[in-house]
Amino acid sequence: VRCYEDFSVGEMVEAGPVLVTADDIKAFAAQFDPQPMHLDGAAAQNTIVGGLLASGLHVVCLNKRLLVDAFLVDGGSMGSPGVEEVRYLAPVRAGDSLAMRLEVTGLRPSASRADIGFLKFTSEMRNASGAPVMRMTATLIFPRRDVAAATGTA
Amino acid sequence: MNFFEDHVVGTRVEIGSHTFTAQEIKAFALQFDPQPFHIDEAAAARSHFGGLIASGWHTAAVCLRLLVEDRHRRQAELRRRGEAVARTGPSPGLRNLQWLQPVHAGDTVSFAHEIVELRPLADRGDVGLRVARNTGTNQAGVLVYSVQSSTFIERREKRG
Repeated sequence: VRCYEDFSVGEMVEAGPVLVTADDIKAFAAQFDPQPMHLDGAAAQNTIVGGLLASGLHVVCLNKRLLVDAFLVDGGSMGSPGVEEVRYLAPVRAGDSLAMRLEVTGLRPSASRADIGFLKFTSEMRNASGAPVMRMTATLIFPRRDVAAATGTA
Repeated sequence: MNFFEDHVVGTRVEIGSHTFTAQEIKAFALQFDPQPFHIDEAAAARSHFGGLIASGWHTAAVCLRLLVEDRHRRQAELRRRGEAVARTGPSPGLRNLQWLQPVHAGDTVSFAHEIVELRPLADRGDVGLRVARNTGTNQAGVLVYSVQSSTFIERREKRG
């Protein structure tokens, strides 16, 4: 299991790409974001976006899956307190392939709990032409190995 | 609330509640967030969470569905009355999303939507930006989720 001490600022992780099909877009939308622009290509022609478009949250969820598979693969994370910002930068359409690029941007021990630390990262999804479609800055919680070792709970 | 001009800062709407079952927590997580405490009851029980908890993005996704359904109900009511319905654009993003407490299997979370800012856009006369804070509160009255979201909304004065 990776602990807080195992990461360093500047560490980069790349993952994917993952193909986003029209069926994927519609299935996510039917469950969580049932707006015409995400559900139906014909109906979407009449909206501001003009054509079937993946829900922004769908792109975030695909990013999370790539992040878990590539970065939290050994299950060390203790969850996340939250997300500073998510920006949707370009539309994601059926047939797009999205790749993730993550960079560790900060590490700080918890002020209130000696056994955990916070890892801040920026993660971006890019389409096949290299254009960023979504960028987020968020935080993950990891256990501290030095504390666990010192208290004999490792 | 319909066109940008109709919105008022401070308006709060209860948009509905949802009970997170173990089955749907695992189904969501297997697809998008397969960490042990979201997909495996035994592993979750051994974790610092003490039991199965929903992916934070699952909570966000349920909140989104309730927001969309609430908007659709309002739009249907406007159409029934023969009134024009404002178009809304895609969201430019989210800010300051907080998972304040875990959502455990069996928890019922009630979601609310509150308008915090209405911003006319200098470079876009046809739409304005509505900034809202969406929250989720569990059955014990504890705030578990909070996020600030933005939406482009058509302006009445520019229509036609």
